[in-house]
Amino acid sequence: MSRFEYAPAPESRAIVDIKSSYGLFVNGAFVEATDGKPFKTVSPASEEVLAEVSEAGPADVDKAVRAARRAYEKVWGPMAGRDRAKYLFRIARLIQERSRELAVLESLDNGKPIRESRDVDLPLVAAHFFYYAGWADKLEYAGAGPDPRPLGVAAQVIPWNFPLMMLAWKIAPALAAGNTVVLKPAETTPLTALAFAEICQQADLPPGVVNIITGAGRTGQALVEHEGVDKVAFTGSTAVGRSIARSVAGTDKKVTLELGGKAANIVFEDAPIDQTVEGIVNGIFFNQGHVCCAGSRLLVQESVYDEVLARLKRRMSTLRVGDPLDKNTDIGAINSAEQLARIRELSQVGEDEGAERWSPECELPAQGFWFPPTVFTGVSQAHRIAREEIFGPVLSVLTFRTPAEAVEKANNTPFGLSAGVWTDKGSRILWMANQLRAGVVWANTFNRFDPSSPFGGYKESGYGREGGRHGLEAYLAH
Amino acid sequence: MPTKDSARLDIRKTYKLYVGGAFPRSESGRSYVVNDAKGKFLANASLASRKDARDAVVAARKAFGGWSARTAYNRGQVLYRIAEVMEGRHDQFSAEVAAAEGLSVAKARPLVDAAIDRWVWYAGWADKLAQVVGSSNPVAGPYFDFSVPEATGVVALLAPQDSSLLGLTSVLAPAIVSGNTAVVVTSFERPIPAITLGEVMATSDVPGGVVNILTGSASEIGPWLASHLDVNAIDLCGVEDPDEARDLEAAAAENLKRVRRPAAEDWLESPGLSRLTQYLELKTVWHPIGV
Repeated sequence: MSRFEYAPAPESRAIVDIKSSYGLFVNGAFVEATDGKPFKTVSPASEEVLAEVSEAGPADVDKAVRAARRAYEKVWGPMAGRDRAKYLFRIARLIQERSRELAVLESLDNGKPIRESRDVDLPLVAAHFFYYAGWADKLEYAGAGPDPRPLGVAAQVIPWNFPLMMLAWKIAPALAAGNTVVLKPAETTPLTALAFAEICQQADLPPGVVNIITGAGRTGQALVEHEGVDKVAFTGSTAVGRSIARSVAGTDKKVTLELGGKAANIVFEDAPIDQTVEGIVNGIFFNQGHVCCAGSRLLVQESVYDEVLARLKRRMSTLRVGDPLDKNTDIGAINSAEQLARIRELSQVGEDEGAERWSPECELPAQGFWFPPTVFTGVSQAHRIAREEIFGPVLSVLTFRTPAEAVEKANNTPFGLSAGVWTDKGSRILWMANQLRAGVVWANTFNRFDPSSPFGGYKESGYGREGGRHGLEAYLAH
Repeated sequence: MPTKDSARLDIRKTYKLYVGGAFPRSESGRSYVVNDAKGKFLANASLASRKDARDAVVAARKAFGGWSARTAYNRGQVLYRIAEVMEGRHDQFSAEVAAAEGLSVAKARPLVDAAIDRWVWYAGWADKLAQVVGSSNPVAGPYFDFSVPEATGVVALLAPQDSSLLGLTSVLAPAIVSGNTAVVVTSFERPIPAITLGEVMATSDVPGGVVNILTGSASEIGPWLASHLDVNAIDLCGVEDPDEARDLEAAAAENLKRVRRPAAEDWLESPGLSRLTQYLELKTVWHPIGV
């Protein structure tokens, strides 16, 4: 059978206006960094330099924290919840209005397909602000006691996989609860956070309520360790999360951590196979697998193993890897050379330890950072690719015979962020949900997110929840 | 002879009902004189009839399926849109409330502010209501058991007679935010801000039939709504005579309407949850847990 080829369908870049260099956003204005050096952010799909960004040093961090403190004490803390709500609604509307521009910018800086930035990230970003806007004047109903109060200044450090969405998850509940923030976006994806700073200006948000400082790990460390910070919220690796937990020991800082995962995606023999295969693909290849809750360990009941694997490989052969701005692209670029090296290294370990590696034939662009969708079979629980978070489009497949064995294997991990269950039997879904030690359990779906739905991990996937009314609690004293 | 420059003569608006997304006159052909608080003629408003009320219930029932099936997020966005559009008509509302309630425009403005802010407050409730009034229930057995609120259906609102916009908003917003559809009978003597609110509804992505506005007498139309078998709940707020209220409540008992009795209200107070929960059903679902 002949195959119809896709014509290129690029989304235009003309909608974004990237400046050649950016300062830090402190106290409502863009300012030059005083003690840091500029660094470059590149498009991972082409390695083209997009802009030069300032690295915030300790003096800049201090300025930002002081600005946030002033804004907290003078303006935002005393402000009526009703008025905080109005600012957040404004921000939600501005994001909706500039949604396409922000989606293109996100895809350029991050490498994710425009289909995802446009249809998943941006709608969720706007929805998150809209949802928490509505909480700002209803805090007494949030279940956090009769007298909920803000904590003060929140230091927030976010990862590169969902840059603007992680910003929304951090800033929206913090502001709704009456805190002010200093946020540091990831070093490889600062541009949408800087565009967000402009949105704060357009919304006439009082200066100092939101401060955005750019930089790498050192900047983040200086921020979370600053004495003027009351709350630390971090999303990223378990290793960094651990070091933050150590660094706040003995202080009064309140902490929430959303860290790594190694989710089991569990397929029972009665699951509808085609729907399941779509869910497996979405679970591991969504966002190039740069997802902390990715379904990276597939557990398949032995009786349907051959059929599931055959259909999965056939489906993987249709995935289109390439230009993130092409509307037909399924898998975009790996975010950085460093991340690509890690994915390559762990995949090599997978082969070396005896698992069988398979990828569909696919042409990868010559420039940029790319990795084909990959599946490992014959994986045992002892293999590193079954234990460590790869954070890339790499799936490890294991099998099981009984539900009890599925639970045993699924929980055999230091992580506990998410899990998936595929079966037609409702009572089994609920039984599995009870047994799984994970903060989110998706049944017959995967990678669903909603501002009203709490998200976060068990065990070494961190603590605290984002989303829902539980997400407010992370920013309230009660 | 050259014409003399003079002030432009204004165009006056015809005030009509708002039913099913359209602005019909009363089918009865009746109208009544609406004066401002000082007795000066303002307009001839449509005097809604029993048939208009029944048409409005049909329109509300027709809209109920679609509106209640919208996502809560979407209903929240639509209510927020109402506030945005009202903000653009702030001057108009202030002038109309001032004329209706016998206030200076300066005194009317804060009432309009409060009405707009109230839409925003309720907009935020759309996707939080289930999280606050719903529950997951730890029953003593291998069952997953949860309770979720749902809209009750068509709600008849006999709007307050005094507070022409803020009071109206305060009874209407909590009814529709959860997915109910509404038939409103406005203040008899102060109907004009309500008609303008109907124009806002028509331009705010509120589907036709979700809000239906009848100008006229609660005493005349109220009994037909109270006894209507396709109305699920009724708010007697605008009924000032206690005997009349008792009769309406008794009539509403026929199909066990959820009845909200008239009570003294301070519309500037923070409303709390009681009007929201008044028009909700709670559904509890059981499902076994087991391999």
